[in-house]
Amino acid sequence: MTEPVLRIEDLRKNFGGLQVTDGVSLEIGAGELHAVIGPNGAGKTTLINQISGTLEPSSGKILLNGADITALPPNKRAALGLARSFQITSILPRFSALENVALAVQARSGSSYKFIGSAASESALNDQAMAALTEVSLDGRAGVLAAHLSHGEKRALELAIALAMQPKLLLLDEPMAGTGPEESERIVGVLQRLKGRFAMLLVEHDMNAVFALADRISVLVYGRVLASGAPDAVRADPAVTTAYLGEELE
Amino acid sequence: MSMLESAAAPVARGKIEWLPVAIFAVLALAPIACAYGAETYWLGLFTSVMVFAIAAIAVDLLCGFGGLVTFGHAAFVGIGAYAVAIFGAEGITDMAITLPAALAVSAIFAYLTGTICLRTKNVYFIMITLAFGQMAYFVAGSLAPYGGDDGISVKTRSTLFGYAIFDNDRAFYYCVFAFLLASYLLCRALIGSRFGRVFRGARDNPTRMATIGFDVFRYQRVAYVIAGCLGGLAGFLLANATEFVSPAYMSWQRSGELIIMVLFGGLGTLHGAILGAASYILLESVLGGVTENWKLIFGPMLVLIVLFARGGLIGLFGAIKRKLSHD
Ligand SMILES: Nc1ncnc2c1ncn2[C@@H]1O[C@H](COP(=O)(O)OP(=O)(O)OP(=O)(O)O)[C@@H](O)[C@H]1O
Ligand SMILES: [Mg+2]
Repeated sequence: MTEPVLRIEDLRKNFGGLQVTDGVSLEIGAGELHAVIGPNGAGKTTLINQISGTLEPSSGKILLNGADITALPPNKRAALGLARSFQITSILPRFSALENVALAVQARSGSSYKFIGSAASESALNDQAMAALTEVSLDGRAGVLAAHLSHGEKRALELAIALAMQPKLLLLDEPMAGTGPEESERIVGVLQRLKGRFAMLLVEHDMNAVFALADRISVLVYGRVLASGAPDAVRADPAVTTAYLGEELE
Repeated sequence: MSMLESAAAPVARGKIEWLPVAIFAVLALAPIACAYGAETYWLGLFTSVMVFAIAAIAVDLLCGFGGLVTFGHAAFVGIGAYAVAIFGAEGITDMAITLPAALAVSAIFAYLTGTICLRTKNVYFIMITLAFGQMAYFVAGSLAPYGGDDGISVKTRSTLFGYAIFDNDRAFYYCVFAFLLASYLLCRALIGSRFGRVFRGARDNPTRMATIGFDVFRYQRVAYVIAGCLGGLAGFLLANATEFVSPAYMSWQRSGELIIMVLFGGLGTLHGAILGAASYILLESVLGGVTENWKLIFGPMLVLIVLFARGGLIGLFGAIKRKLSHD
């Protein structure tokens, strides 16, 4: 059996008395898009934070391509091929869109302890950054200060930053949050094109997007995986319907 | 901390920036003008402008580009100054020894304290840099063999391989000028470099920087060490300029003055730090000649500049230029 890209074993996290991740185990295979859905406060973001390393789990294990990364800081996980987007847009507002992405390229190409020579004019970095911007149709806005981008463009920029990292696993925390229908569609289109290139974990409330994209779906409620399986099986699961999907799908 | 917003986006590339050129041109020519007045006084004043400009550039590097508001940078100035004084008291005056020593001790102090300070953020960072600054201040005051609280005079200015290149005031002036120019160019290069881009990114969004793969803390610590060395360099020059060293060089007021210089000149521009140092020191000497309470005049000026010209003097120049080109 080949090792999955991501394997989570009995992950637990509590904030004081509040159990936010309650024995989560899941696997994501190569090229698979695994969606995690669940009501507000179910612990989806907390789960992503633990996988990306910005939050330390109380117990359990996280393995990336078989390597235990549970104790690694976020930057080391990134170096191993883990990229993420944030539910609340997280970019560098004072840098141009291009430089936001070029920094992600810089992180994995050579040393950044270089004290002379203009980083902004390194064409090797800029070319790859531009390619990532093009993938999300943001190439026309490359020179714009990230702070001045529209909300939808910022979401796309986050995606470009993640792509520029050439990840093995991409964690997406509600990439369509707060975007209009047109922009949502655009992002779905981008994800559809990316599908299969690397493993993805997608957290999203937009059920149309989830069912259009996911190979597998896990339903998280109160920090617990209530159901996990192929989209059709999950959709048909009565427990899921009562706990969550009912209200969303009607 | 909106007060500490930088005026400028990172240094524009390609086109010549006239303001820094003009600043250095004025500094290069100042000794000629000084010859027409009370030469020793004016030359000394401009020398100390440039010395403090080096320290202010270091503070701007941290505050203006890294978002690290250091309230203890005078400690590094003191360390550099004490290196000259202590070696001098032991009969060693050659800068081939004292300058590397000053820089090395500054670097070590920066590395050790930075390792602790940089674990904290925002107001905690300010407080802990202040605390380390005060610690250095009290240690200096307890150095009984080297003057204790009273300080100690520096009997001879530093030599270079035996040559007394600092003895002539003009020669000393141009040495300090060269050090300032080198510090400025170094910081400019650094800010635009790969390293500088990571350092600036860490100010914008450290979490994002970590999740794309940078160990933010290490980059910040390297920058802290560089800024510490620049502070040490300023101290080394200051001891030679004043021929006297005392714990007062390390007091928190001195650290505060460095921040004020940077704010006054324009945060996040580097040459603003030079303008700020010049304004502060020249106003101190001019207004100080009029009234002992010159800070009562300077204080409101600072508040007005910070409130109405967000980018300090540099921001003010920019606003005036834009106004003129619009009309
Ligand atoms: N740092 C924290 N300290 C205490 N409680 C927290 C913390 N972070 C999250 N929580 C709590 O943990 C629970 C899960 O939060 P989380 O953000 O993971 O939910 P989510 O599934 O992402 O929700 P949403 O769909 O609204 O984004 C919530 O009840 C939240 O209040
Ligand atoms: Mg969430």
